[in-house]
This record gives sequence, structure tokens and C-alpha cells, in this order.
Amino acid sequence: MLKTFPTGGVHPPENKLTAGIPIEYLPVPEKVVIPMSQHIGAPANPLVAKGDNVKTGQLIAEGKGFVSANIHSPVSGKVSKIDTAADSSGLKQPAVFIDVEGDEWVEGIDRGKELVRDIKLSSEEIVKKCFESGIVGMGGATFPSHIKLNIPSGKKCDVLIINGVECEPYLTSDHRLMLEKGEEILVGVSILMKALKVEKAMIGIENNKPDAISHLTTLAASFAGISVHPLKVKYPQGAEKQLVKALVKREVPSGRLPIDVGTVVHNAGTAFAVYEAVQKNKPLIERVVTVSGKSLQKPGNYMVRIGTPLSWLLEAAGGIPADTGKIINGGPMMGKAVSNTDAPVVKGMSGIILIPASEAFREVISPCIRCAKCVSVCPLHLEPYLLMTLTEKGMFERAEAEKITDCMECGSCSYTCPAGRPLLDYIRLGKSTVIRLARQKVLK
Amino acid sequence: MSSTILTTIICLSLLAFLSAVILYFVAQKFKVYEDPRIDEVQALLPAANCGGCGFAGCRNLAEAIVNSDSFEGLNCPVGGAAVMEEIATILERTAPVSDPKVAVLKCKGSPEHRPRTSVYDGAADCRIVNSLYIGETDCSYGCLGYGDCVKACTFDAIHIDALTGLPLISDEKCTSCGACVRACPRNLIELRKKAKKDRKIYVACSNCDKGGPARKACRVACIGCGKCQKVCSFDAISIVNNLAYIDAAKCTFCRKCVGECPTNAIIEINFPPAKPKAKSEAEAVQA
Repeated sequence: MLKTFPTGGVHPPENKLTAGIPIEYLPVPEKVVIPMSQHIGAPANPLVAKGDNVKTGQLIAEGKGFVSANIHSPVSGKVSKIDTAADSSGLKQPAVFIDVEGDEWVEGIDRGKELVRDIKLSSEEIVKKCFESGIVGMGGATFPSHIKLNIPSGKKCDVLIINGVECEPYLTSDHRLMLEKGEEILVGVSILMKALKVEKAMIGIENNKPDAISHLTTLAASFAGISVHPLKVKYPQGAEKQLVKALVKREVPSGRLPIDVGTVVHNAGTAFAVYEAVQKNKPLIERVVTVSGKSLQKPGNYMVRIGTPLSWLLEAAGGIPADTGKIINGGPMMGKAVSNTDAPVVKGMSGIILIPASEAFREVISPCIRCAKCVSVCPLHLEPYLLMTLTEKGMFERAEAEKITDCMECGSCSYTCPAGRPLLDYIRLGKSTVIRLARQKVLK
Repeated sequence: MSSTILTTIICLSLLAFLSAVILYFVAQKFKVYEDPRIDEVQALLPAANCGGCGFAGCRNLAEAIVNSDSFEGLNCPVGGAAVMEEIATILERTAPVSDPKVAVLKCKGSPEHRPRTSVYDGAADCRIVNSLYIGETDCSYGCLGYGDCVKACTFDAIHIDALTGLPLISDEKCTSCGACVRACPRNLIELRKKAKKDRKIYVACSNCDKGGPARKACRVACIGCGKCQKVCSFDAISIVNNLAYIDAAKCTFCRKCVGECPTNAIIEINFPPAKPKAKSEAEAVQA
């Protein structure tokens, strides 16, 4: 019996079209736009001004505040302006615009391909390096990684969990990274283990990636304390709480974090970024983006610099097919539709999915038939149909009591609803309203 | 037979008398005094329970009015000055001075002016669209058109115009309760002072972007050029964040700014239609 989480979950068609396509390094574009808010938390403060010359890997914005991250220039060239730029949902964010000139790197960055296994830095130095290098969670949540490496006093971590699940359909960026950069990821895991001072690390990979499982299992034999665990294919296994439950059978209580049950979860992509930062002194300036879609000419896994315009990336993948109905930033389950293809690639962008118009439509909304399918698929034991109604009626106190804030917005309820009800749309609205009201209460 | 009936009647009468006595003493003991004027005031209020006054319902407002010494902060926007005057007569106070107001939409981005750049097919709720993305056009300030204001209006005063896709507010039905103002996630509805013959002049735009992007997103956007501010002789127009605003308290409805606006973002409503004639009259006077 393969391990998995016990309650809820769905199994959408996997559509991993790009699983067999190696990572392709794309050239540097002519112009890049670097948003100052590529992570959860306060936007970074730009350190450069218009007309400044920057080098690849140079720090251009500083993370201010407890939850924030540094941002480095992914290219070399001249800062053309500091202004607002529309992100993939069309909303304006402060950003630094750079005109690319050549590709001159900051000194001290090791660009060689050889593996560096010896970890020279101490635990504290590793955490500091992660902050300096602007490492954030690469799975999409973009939570600054150094915070997760700082274990709060009074709490203890005994096992590090590495998320190689990639449960979203279509996405294959972590899959390819595990296949092609397996050793680097394992060194990254060892670095994270050293930073957290734990002896044990578990890598969870869903069983639809047998090549990655066998590859990493073979490699992990020479790394102390790291084990690879195949998991049953089920969405949303990549969610922190579900993965912890699946691998170590510990339940993270409502409103708490994995550290409260002695675990810390990091993404496989993050482990690679940590390896590059710590062993190669290379900040987070590029990432693998899966560009996929059934009618796309050249789908693939592309290593691109942060700030590359989506339109440029899509051009490299053969252009937007004529039958495209929807472009999604992220996976089809949790991703957000893109309304602006001039938006740049950001740290948390794991994939761009182009869905043909024949598949990109919403069901006709009909009344709830009380079948309770949404209740049975909710991995967090919530009652989505009730949360939607409470939000519609504006009963936010009751919604709070029904734990609407526990919802991680995986969308299993909307996916499974036979009446086509926009459950998640309303739950998300209710959740943000409840959080806002709670904040107002605290301020009062 | 007849004695049974008689006994029953006597017993029941005794019980009734006993209960009456008990009820009398209980009523005396647990008597709650309530100002009779509260009922009178409540009877005058419109009974809409809309919450426009800031209270949960008309009864609560009536209690607050009777229990307070003045009308400060207490006003029924739905009933307006007439109702407040009647209430004042009952309470033997002087009625508060309040200007009647009416809701206006500060956006005129119909599809012909504001081209659609994406298609939204999710839940039809402005708050949801607003939290997800910029909306179906390139204007991040304009009306989304999913009718949260329509749903919020308890007076049937707002409807979505099928042609423009924007809410249309009826001057007759609007009671200025403010429910739509609170419902709009983009703060596009303003309660403005009601003028004679329902005349209105206001900037029908809320776009705070610079001129270029604003104009690109919508042909009738305020570009913050300042022409209206210059032409206004009453200092009624201010420009903040690339957006003009006409102060209803200072505006004299001279209509100079309306013709001056290069993007037609300032609109006039309920004025005599023949505008060129009005102009020629003014010229004649000048001559």
C-alpha cells in the first residue's frame, strides 16, 4: 500500500505532457521587469535608481520587515526606470525595469557545472545565506525560506520533509529538476538538514514519476539520513499539511504550522535553489517554468531568468495557439488565469498552462443538490457548500466558527461539484473577509 | 345535569378571577416603562429597515432619537428633511438641517469607451472579480458590472443598463441610504447633494492612473489634465492623484468645466438639452 493522506482529495487527469522533455536554457531577453513583490509579505525596497548599471546577480532590492525577501538582478544592463508594472492579473505592482546589455555576472558566483558536496557554512550562516540570496518557496506559495529555517524557541524539528509531489496536473518543473539535478537537490537537502539540525529527511514523490523515484533513491544511498518515499497519486498531496500527514502520519492542527508537529516542509525546487545559493553563491535569479498545453507547438520545461516577459517565453514555446481559451499561471487546479501576457516571470511561477477554448469553460451554475461530494473531497474536513452559502449571505462570524480560514484553496470542491457551483470563488472571498474583519477587531 | 353545568361555570369563573388577580399583580411588579414617543417616532419613519442611518433598523433609530437630547448624528436619509421635521414637532425640538443626497456612479466606461481585454467566466460577484484581477478591461478603477450595488439596493433604485453594462441609478427611487456605497468594492458610488430639478455635474471617473495609461484603458477617463480646474471660477474643482473632483458644496452648475473636459469625463444631467442655444444666449448677453 502506498502512503497518502487519508481524507478527501481528487484525482484530475494528469496531463503531464512535458514529463519527458529535458530542461532547456533560454537566452536572456532584451528587457526584463522585476516586480518588487515576488514573495509573501512586504514588498522589497529598490536599492538602484534610474540609469544605474547592474550586473547579473547584483542585489537590487532589499527585503524589509520580518516576512520579506531580497531581489537580485537576473541580467546585466541599465535600469531604465522604476515604476509600476502590471502583473499577470493586470494589477499594478512596483517594479524595476532593466534594459539588458550583455550578460556580465557579479564576481564570486560559481557558474561551473561541477557538483560541490562539502558544506562549509555553519547552520546560522546557511540561514543568513538563504535570506541574502532571496530564496523563497519555489512551489508557488513563495514564503521566504529563511523564516522556515529559523525554528521558533520552544519548538523542535525532528524531520525535514522535501516536497517532490508536484500533484498539479500539467506541471513537470520539479519532476525534471529531480531527474536532471538530482545530486544538487540532495546536497541542497543536506544543507537544509544542517541548517535545521535534523538527522532525517524524507522526500515524498508521487508514484506517477517512477523515473524520479528510482533516480533519487539510487543517489540518496550515498547521502546520510535522506530517504525517498513513493506516494499514491492524489491531489492536493503537495499541500504542507497533507504531505506531513502522508509521510509521517502527524496531523497539523487547525491554525498551526508543520513545525508544531516537529516537521519543516521545503519544496524540491527550493532545495535546488538553496544548493545554488550556498554552494555556488548564486542568488535566486532564474527558475524552471513548465510551459504546457495540448495545442502548444513546443511545450517544454524552460530555465528562464526572473523578469522575462511571459509573451517572450510563450514565443519560445511556439507562440500562443489560435484555439487558446485560457492561459493559467501555475497549475490548472490552483493557478490563476493570466489576463496580461506582458507580465514577467516571477520566483513563484512554476508553470504556464494554455488551455484550449474547448476545455476552458465553466459549468452552468445550478442549485446545490446536497450530495455532499464537496464535503467528502475536502482534505481539511470543511463543509464547502456551507461556507459558500454563509459567505453569500454575509454570515462571516458563523463562517469563522466553521473554520473558513483553514481552507487552503485547493479547489477540490469546485472541481467535484456536479452542480457547477463556484464554491472556491465564494470561499476565497469569505476567507479574505473573515481575515480582514479579524484584523479590524484586533486594531480596535 | 344542570348542576354539573352550574359547577363548571362557577369553577371556571373562580379560576378566571384568580388568574386575573395574579396577572394584575405580576403586571404591576414587572412593569417596564417605555417612552410612548418611541412608538410615535417609529410610526413616522419609513419602516425600510435599510440601515442607512447607521442603526440596525428603524426602531433602533427611533429609540436613539427619543433618548438623545439633540439630533446630532441621527438622521434618516430615506425619510429626508420632511420626516425629520415631523419627528422634531413631536419631540418639540428644532429639526436638523440636512441636504437631500443622491447616489451617483463615478464611472462611465461602457464597452464602446472601455474595450474589453479579457473574458471573466467565474462567479458573478464584483467583490470576487475585484479580489482576483483587474477585471475585463484595462482599467483597475472602473465599474466591474456584476451588480453588487443592485443586490445591495433595497429600494429597487439600481439596475444594470443592458447597453452600457453599468448600473443606472434612479433619482426618484434612490433614498441615499448608502447601501450601494458600502457594497461597491471599488468605491465608485458617491452620495452627492441633490440639486434643483435633480441637476448633477460630476466627474464620472475614478481612474487615478496617469493620463496615458488611463486614456489607453478608457476613452472617457479623467486624465488629470487640470483644464476644468483652471476654468472653474468657484474653486470647486481639485485634482488629487491624476483625478479631478468637483466639490458639490461649491459648484454653482455654471457648466463651464463640462465643455472644457477633453475626454468628456465630466457629465451634466437634467440640464436643458439645447446646449448650443444656451451658449449663443450667453454670447448674446456678452455682446
